[in-house]
Amino acid sequence: MAAIQRRQFDTLIIGAGGGGLRAALRLSEAEASVAVVSKVFPTRSHTVAAQGGMNAALANVSPDNWHWHMFDTIKGSDYLGDQDAIEYMCRAAPKAVYELEHFGVPFSRLDNGSIYQRAFGGQSQNFGGDQAVRTCAAADRTGHAILHSLYQQNIRAKTHFFDEYFSVDLLKDEEGHVLGALVFNIMDGQPLIIEAKTTLLATGGAGQIYRNTTNAMINTGDGLGMALRAGVPLQDMEFFQFHPTGIAGRGMLITEAARGEGGYLVNGEGERLMERYAPKAKDLASRDVVSRAIATEIREGRGCGVNKDHVLLKLDHLGEAVIQQRLPGIRQTCMTFLGIDPAEAAIPVSPTAHYTMGGIPTNRHAQVVVPVKDTPEEAVYGLYAAGECACVSVHGANRLGGNSLLDILVFGRAAANHIIGHLAENRYHRPMDESSVEKAMQRFQRWNKNPGQDGESVNVLRHELKTVMEKHCGVFRNEAVLREGVEQIEQLAERVKDAKIEDHSDTFNTARVEALELENLIACGLATMHSAFARTESRGAHSRMDYPERDDKNWMRHSLYSLDTGLDYKPVRTKPVSVDSFPPKPRIY
Amino acid sequence: MSRPNPVSASQLHWRCRRGMLELDLLLNTFVEVQFSHLSREDTALFLSLLEYPDQVLLDLLLGKMESSDAMVSDLTARIRRTWFDKFNCAKTT
Ligand SMILES: Cc1cc2nc3c(=O)[nH]c(=O)nc-3n(C[C@H](O)[C@H](O)[C@H](O)COP(=O)(O)OP(=O)(O)OC[C@H]3O[C@@H](n4cnc5c(N)ncnc54)[C@H](O)[C@@H]3O)c2cc1C
Repeated sequence: MAAIQRRQFDTLIIGAGGGGLRAALRLSEAEASVAVVSKVFPTRSHTVAAQGGMNAALANVSPDNWHWHMFDTIKGSDYLGDQDAIEYMCRAAPKAVYELEHFGVPFSRLDNGSIYQRAFGGQSQNFGGDQAVRTCAAADRTGHAILHSLYQQNIRAKTHFFDEYFSVDLLKDEEGHVLGALVFNIMDGQPLIIEAKTTLLATGGAGQIYRNTTNAMINTGDGLGMALRAGVPLQDMEFFQFHPTGIAGRGMLITEAARGEGGYLVNGEGERLMERYAPKAKDLASRDVVSRAIATEIREGRGCGVNKDHVLLKLDHLGEAVIQQRLPGIRQTCMTFLGIDPAEAAIPVSPTAHYTMGGIPTNRHAQVVVPVKDTPEEAVYGLYAAGECACVSVHGANRLGGNSLLDILVFGRAAANHIIGHLAENRYHRPMDESSVEKAMQRFQRWNKNPGQDGESVNVLRHELKTVMEKHCGVFRNEAVLREGVEQIEQLAERVKDAKIEDHSDTFNTARVEALELENLIACGLATMHSAFARTESRGAHSRMDYPERDDKNWMRHSLYSLDTGLDYKPVRTKPVSVDSFPPKPRIY
Repeated sequence: MSRPNPVSASQLHWRCRRGMLELDLLLNTFVEVQFSHLSREDTALFLSLLEYPDQVLLDLLLGKMESSDAMVSDLTARIRRTWFDKFNCAKTT
């Protein structure tokens, strides 16, 4: 084997979304040498899709403070969120917004010149009172504005970018300290070892494990797969948020704003279904409630269309003028993708996989933590995670809209702060364990040859995985369905070992990239299905028909799934940093 | 068609991987259906379109914004039409 090229940096950041770029900027400004690896050009990261906005208790529109925001986030999490991390995030939120403003994000303004804020679900004043107005937005392109501003700032700060490089696996020394990663250039297939004193995973979510998803094709859970293979368990993977209104069979998100403007859902019998499920909030009930209502209608045979597999979102009664003025984006989306004008016909929608609440377990400094003997949270030397791939856990069993952009920025920055301290104390690179390089290279090169003649194709297996996840680990779950799901996904994990690709070239071999992504998707699917099967309660996004109640006595704990040892659990951190705990209460809106 | 294409379909597919599902679907469908019919000039134009930021590309492809360049506007209309024809959109209404 020819020698593999090597580069050394203080910090390797895998992922150039909002989380990775926020960390990179802080580090580059602190004079650390930083490499950012991204499989797509940085400003094409998924953060660009976030249109709604970012939560911070600025109190520009309604009275507000971080403590109310903290309460809402804990309640929203169905009491599975870690209260120290949530306090830290909510307190840091206003500063995170002002920093972005300073970096050039053009937040929309109120008439008095202060930052515009809009109302989102789950936000309250005074610990569950009136609606709070907490979401800061840059028109309908908040994520885009954040990503572009952070990228420009990083260019100015001389962050080193490896664009269109794919990260294969983490590299370690003999003691298990993480020392960088094996990556390769998608353009020419050449591998590269990036040695780093600290490594931050910021690879985003895994929405592509489901057939119907709002997520872009890049969201294949690569960081989660890398963590699992490096021996780090994944936390709370059974909690996957389904957005109630994705376009049926396609996935495109139809925002809550459509229902906020007076749109409503009807079933196959022409009935306004939400009146039965949430008589007060109706179509504006929280995401998990509306998703469950739609799934129930479909399951009980009251869906619409030939296959009765969706319901309809009606907007036509609002009139063309209102739709054009207030919901132009939704109108254009429907006309482009469905040939439907919502001013004339209803939109077919169904619950659609949207956000990965679980992920790589970290503490509030974004250090990756694993159980070691009797200690539930021992930091893995040199390894950090932030953003949607991490589980810190501020979203617990259910994320509130607008809290994810906040999460990626606050914990991206927290990671950088901790890394700066680490670099001050660890000035030299440690020697790499070459067997870890060999292992990563084997995984990379495995796709250059086909193990047998009858290996299945990557596309077929990916399609099957998505169908299994949707059928066996969707909005509603029960023991029999999950048991079958576990069997099928275990079989897929075996079948992928013999899978094959036809293209063995080096230049832009996207078949190989997709094969490596499939292995990561299957790893995420395994973690999700096993964790869901074992959790015999309903909490937040995890709805068990056979265990419909939340069970705090037995289940107020985080799941940890590892490839070698299966499931384990650790307690929720219920003690905040400076204020009193919020004890669990029924979650009623 | 003029001279053969200087880029491969897989290279184009990778450049069509974007931060938004809407773009993934429209752009990849276009490459899938049209790649073998693309001339060198078409490909160059398509590649230059792919350089646009995601949000601008979305506005152009959903018709929220019209390009002042007639060739770009033709191309975006073609991308939309390719999706429309492939999925027979009119019938889903
Ligand atoms: C349609 C939609 C709308 C949303 N709207 C909102 C909203 O209004 N408000 C809100 O708070 N949240 C919203 N969210 C959620 C939010 O956008 C995401 O959770 C967040 O942007 C994730 O950011 P990130 O930095 O963790 O990762 P991402 O932005 O997903 O970036 C991941 C990065 O990792 C890189 N990467 C991944 N794998 C590899 C690999 N193997 N090798 C190299 N690089 C790799 C990618 O190239 C990319 O650069 C929305 C989500 C969706 C789907």
